[in-house]
Amino acid sequence: MAWFKRDKAPMAVKDEKKVKVPEGLWTKCPSCGESLITKDLEANLNVCPKCGHHFRISARRRIDLLLDAGSFSEYDAGMVSVDFLDFKDSKSYQSRIDAAVAKGGSKDAIICGSGEMEGLKVQLAVFDFSFMGGSMGSVVGEKITRAIERGLEEGTPVIVVSASGGARMQESILSLMQMAKTSAALAKLKAKGLPFISILTDPTTGGVTASFAMLGDLNIAEPKALIGFAGPRVIEQTIRAKLPEGFQRAEYLLEHGMLDMIVERSEMKATLHRVLTMLCRVAA
Amino acid sequence: MANQVYMDFEKPLMELEKKIEELAELSREMDLSKEIAKLEKRAEEMRSEIFSNLSRWQTAQIARHINRPFTLDYLKLIFTDFTELHGDRLFGDDHAIVGGLARLDGEAVMVIGHQKGRDTKEKVFRNFGMPNPEGYRKALRLMLMAQQFGLPIITFVDTPGAFPGIGAEERGQAEAIARNLREMAGLTVPIIVVITGEGGSGGALAIAVGDRVLMLEHSVYAVISPEGCAAILWSDGTKGAQAAEALKPTAKDIRELDVIDEILPEPLGGAHRDHEAMAKTLHEALSRNLKELKGKSGEQLVEERYQKFRKMSRFVE
Ligand SMILES: [Zn+2]
Repeated sequence: MAWFKRDKAPMAVKDEKKVKVPEGLWTKCPSCGESLITKDLEANLNVCPKCGHHFRISARRRIDLLLDAGSFSEYDAGMVSVDFLDFKDSKSYQSRIDAAVAKGGSKDAIICGSGEMEGLKVQLAVFDFSFMGGSMGSVVGEKITRAIERGLEEGTPVIVVSASGGARMQESILSLMQMAKTSAALAKLKAKGLPFISILTDPTTGGVTASFAMLGDLNIAEPKALIGFAGPRVIEQTIRAKLPEGFQRAEYLLEHGMLDMIVERSEMKATLHRVLTMLCRVAA
Repeated sequence: MANQVYMDFEKPLMELEKKIEELAELSREMDLSKEIAKLEKRAEEMRSEIFSNLSRWQTAQIARHINRPFTLDYLKLIFTDFTELHGDRLFGDDHAIVGGLARLDGEAVMVIGHQKGRDTKEKVFRNFGMPNPEGYRKALRLMLMAQQFGLPIITFVDTPGAFPGIGAEERGQAEAIARNLREMAGLTVPIIVVITGEGGSGGALAIAVGDRVLMLEHSVYAVISPEGCAAILWSDGTKGAQAAEALKPTAKDIRELDVIDEILPEPLGGAHRDHEAMAKTLHEALSRNLKELKGKSGEQLVEERYQKFRKMSRFVE
């Protein structure tokens, strides 16, 4: 839930004196330390060519990677959060919403719409982690619920790509209720025999994991994604012990039976299409 | 309660009540009934003064009071024939959630609730009311059993939250909670939920998707504990009072957002002052709500429950 405490990824330039390139042209891989040419990194789907580290990517980029070009039509793009509790810490919730919207990405922490995956129609909801840490308040819960309901109406599979610190504290009880609301919608989808695929990317924690993100007919993660209920720091403080190596990483969850598979970004679309056509009994 | 445990804000009341006790002690030798009556009247006024002007943080203290009635207390006071059922059939039996068959007004129901402990030993045994995945899976097993036999479900919610531990994560705490949310949404028997103390986030919600959600007057219900919220917002877990004000977790706050259906008034001074009186109020509310729900078909219950939670949001578009 600590979305504003996220690590600032070091964007250091390798050997500044010798190379002398403007900042931003190079990106340092936080996993292997390699300095990568940003343009090349982007061309490689923001995956480190040396160690395979999956960098976080924007919701728009994700949609481009998963859907056929030009097939996406967005729904509920104008929906915005309101500070109905008049929630204040160092800043008011309203000013945080305004600041996040002003960044110009999306109007809340999720983008939803329908599109085609190698011609197969799907409902797709993608979290935008850069918007308040992908936290789930009323807007996120409502948009996901509508995406599921559209899946129900149109008889299409539903895919949610999560990247979220969990429920949005500033909406207190109503953010908690989004967990119940979205899960209830999934109960209907399940009853109607329509597939729900949950894709868990780095990071997926808290109330998002403890609702729809763990309820996929298939739960698929990106390599090394942090996935958990409680945050590592909270656990460490509670049990007063060091956490095991690789704790709460995708590989750890796979080993403990919580995921169907870990799929690299470059293989995600093809994998989704392959399993969805089988689940939907589309002829090969 | 013989051994009253006072909260900070009850200090003046504590002094007065102690004085009354002393006088009562002395009155064996002389008639002090007039003085006692006078002090008792003042204590009554003071109680009503304190408890009608509670801050949200003070309410949270009452919600966590060590003598507050817990699930097993209500089971004794309201139900008959309680027969506890154990285990999730997968891994273990979680003592932070209790459940089993019981009769309410003579009719069979399934009762499930968080359970805290009062003394140190029981607190540890109950893991301070913080369930592991096994607790939620036991709860789900019992709920599905209730559905199988057509029994209404009553849940009592009182937890600081789901336990944040290594084993809990390994065994799928998130999955256990998530599954309960989805399965409860589809159950075809009536579900009445009562927030009796602390409604701590997902760990509370995992047994709180119901047709009716009732809340005791001095209970709290929020997405995060005040201390947890303070630790994130101000990097200072001691600023719970400030965080409680921001989170607006009281029954009155929650009622205004239409997340609960009814607030159950507590005896003056809090439910811990008079378990029997609290149980009586709760019993009446359970009987009345159950009667209303029993006329509905399974399909109707599921659809109305869906619409109830479907509406819980605030946004503009
Ligand atoms: Zn690398």
